[in-house]
Amino acid sequence: MSVLPAPCLIVENLTTRFGSDRAGATVVEGVTFDLTPGRTMALVGESGSGKSATALSLMRLIEAPGRIIAGKVLLGGRDLLTIPEREMEDVRGGQIGMVFQDPLTSLNPALTIGRQIAETILAHRDVSYAEAERRAIDLLLRVGVTDAAERVHDYPHHFSGGMRQRVLIAAAISCSPSILIADEPTTALDVTVQAKILRLLHDLQQEMHASMLLITHDLGVVAAMADTVMVMYAGRIVERADVDTLFHAPRHPYTKALLACVAGIEDDRSSPLEPITGTAPDLTDPPKGCRFAPRCPMVQDVCLRTDPVLRALSKDHAVACVLVNKEPVDA
Amino acid sequence: MTARDLPSLTKPAGPELSLHVPAPPAQRAWRLKSFVRDRGALVAALFLVTVAAVVVLAPVLSPYTSDEADNLARNAPMGTAGHFLGTDQQGRDMLARLLFGGRVSLIVGVVPTIVAGMIGLALGMLAGFFRGLADQIIMRCLDVIFAFPMVLLAIAIAGAMRPGVLTEVIAITIVLIPYFARLARTATDSVLPMPFIEAARAAGGSSFTILMRYVLPNVFSPVVVYATTLMGLMIVVGSGLSFLGLGVQPPTADWGAMVAEGRVVLRKAPHVTVLPGLLILIVSLAFNFIGDGIRDALDPRTIRR
Repeated sequence: MSVLPAPCLIVENLTTRFGSDRAGATVVEGVTFDLTPGRTMALVGESGSGKSATALSLMRLIEAPGRIIAGKVLLGGRDLLTIPEREMEDVRGGQIGMVFQDPLTSLNPALTIGRQIAETILAHRDVSYAEAERRAIDLLLRVGVTDAAERVHDYPHHFSGGMRQRVLIAAAISCSPSILIADEPTTALDVTVQAKILRLLHDLQQEMHASMLLITHDLGVVAAMADTVMVMYAGRIVERADVDTLFHAPRHPYTKALLACVAGIEDDRSSPLEPITGTAPDLTDPPKGCRFAPRCPMVQDVCLRTDPVLRALSKDHAVACVLVNKEPVDA
Repeated sequence: MTARDLPSLTKPAGPELSLHVPAPPAQRAWRLKSFVRDRGALVAALFLVTVAAVVVLAPVLSPYTSDEADNLARNAPMGTAGHFLGTDQQGRDMLARLLFGGRVSLIVGVVPTIVAGMIGLALGMLAGFFRGLADQIIMRCLDVIFAFPMVLLAIAIAGAMRPGVLTEVIAITIVLIPYFARLARTATDSVLPMPFIEAARAAGGSSFTILMRYVLPNVFSPVVVYATTLMGLMIVVGSGLSFLGLGVQPPTADWGAMVAEGRVVLRKAPHVTVLPGLLILIVSLAFNFIGDGIRDALDPRTIRR
């Protein structure tokens, strides 16, 4: 295997909590990972598992009553969690571009789309408005908006959902960020449009040699896009592996259960999907041992007592499960 | 003709289907066009422009000055020779008084509303955007003003100053600020949780950029519409101040004051009351129509193509 380039973003022990010390919920706990240029890291998990909170924490966009209580986010030698807000504004949109889930409401209805893209450029580059608008047109063409020169004067409501997502992507890449965060970029879109948007994101990422953090709950999207996958459950990373390993040799019971929930086109209908029983734990009062224990089909006494840590099985594979860690590591 | 010759319904025009119509040359032009297409607003605007032009040109157009009394022709009805719209109880020409009175009434209706609208908009947006201490200080101070009935407070403020048009304008401005600030704050509150604000932050927008480019355009239109509905009302409030002797002083004319003075001869000479009353009514209506037109023109969703 070729040697990977040095990571461009290192996240260490990121912990974000909503509410006070006594009453409140730690929605992101001890999350550690790094992003590599040209590679896509997927972050999967069910609703409320802390995926979006992780992304917002990286961008320092967690709003009160939430706050980041521990961790480091290292980008180019700086810890993003400690730099002044003014510098952070340069990082947002400049070095880290972000694409949001809902293209229908992520655009300002009162501004033309050209203006909105131009605003992002003007926030980071010392250019005239005319130049920013010219760049906006180029970007729109790049993301597949035809007649961009005319459409920059249109308002968001003149665009379909897929087109709006293209506009948002154009704004996100307008300053050639080295990191692209896509928070469920296709959840609100039609399946056919989804494929096009994913293709576009992939192409742009390759072209800019950026690293992408793709947040999704759709394992199909993960299989198509990701190089590495992190599975998140109740605010923690429970398994991290390269995409092939994760799909073919998952070790964490939660990952296995998650994969069993997915319908395949060739699936035999006599074996129905297996939903995961129970619900995700209440993070204001998390279970004592493993957080997945109450729902885990393989639960044992030790799981209720011991809080597992993420432990490496091999170079590309890490799991947080007491049972797995007890087994001998196989080749 | 075979099926192959038929024009394709699924022509591969763009990467995906979107409702595409040629774009406008510039957004301002389209807003103007949207306004013009609204007949009611257009007529109202033309009417108000005419009224404004006529009252500004009052010294040129009017055959008499506003306080020139013809003692031999008191309460002359409309259509009297030499006094097209008749005269009032002191024999002053009604047309002249309406023309000169319109100057005061329009100033009192428009200026305080615009000034208070701008101040209230700024205060409300700041309070809603920064919350916390700024919010508490701004809104609690305005609540104090709010606690008094609008007209009563205007009377109190005007009473503390020397009577005159400027006094009227200042008093009404102060009274109106909290109404605008409330509206702007509420509108700001409803805009801030929108995902596009978070998206703007994620794109590196500073607080100032977000306030000016993302909050203001979405708060502006309700404030403008509210302002137009208040303009007619403020003409009446201004008249009330004049009536109490706190605004313009007789013999200076103003529509509201004319209505008030005319009521003593209401039976004998109804036109003295009815004419300025009708003007107040029509001008207020015109402002409301314009407000509707502006709202539609400012809302990009209603731009028809």
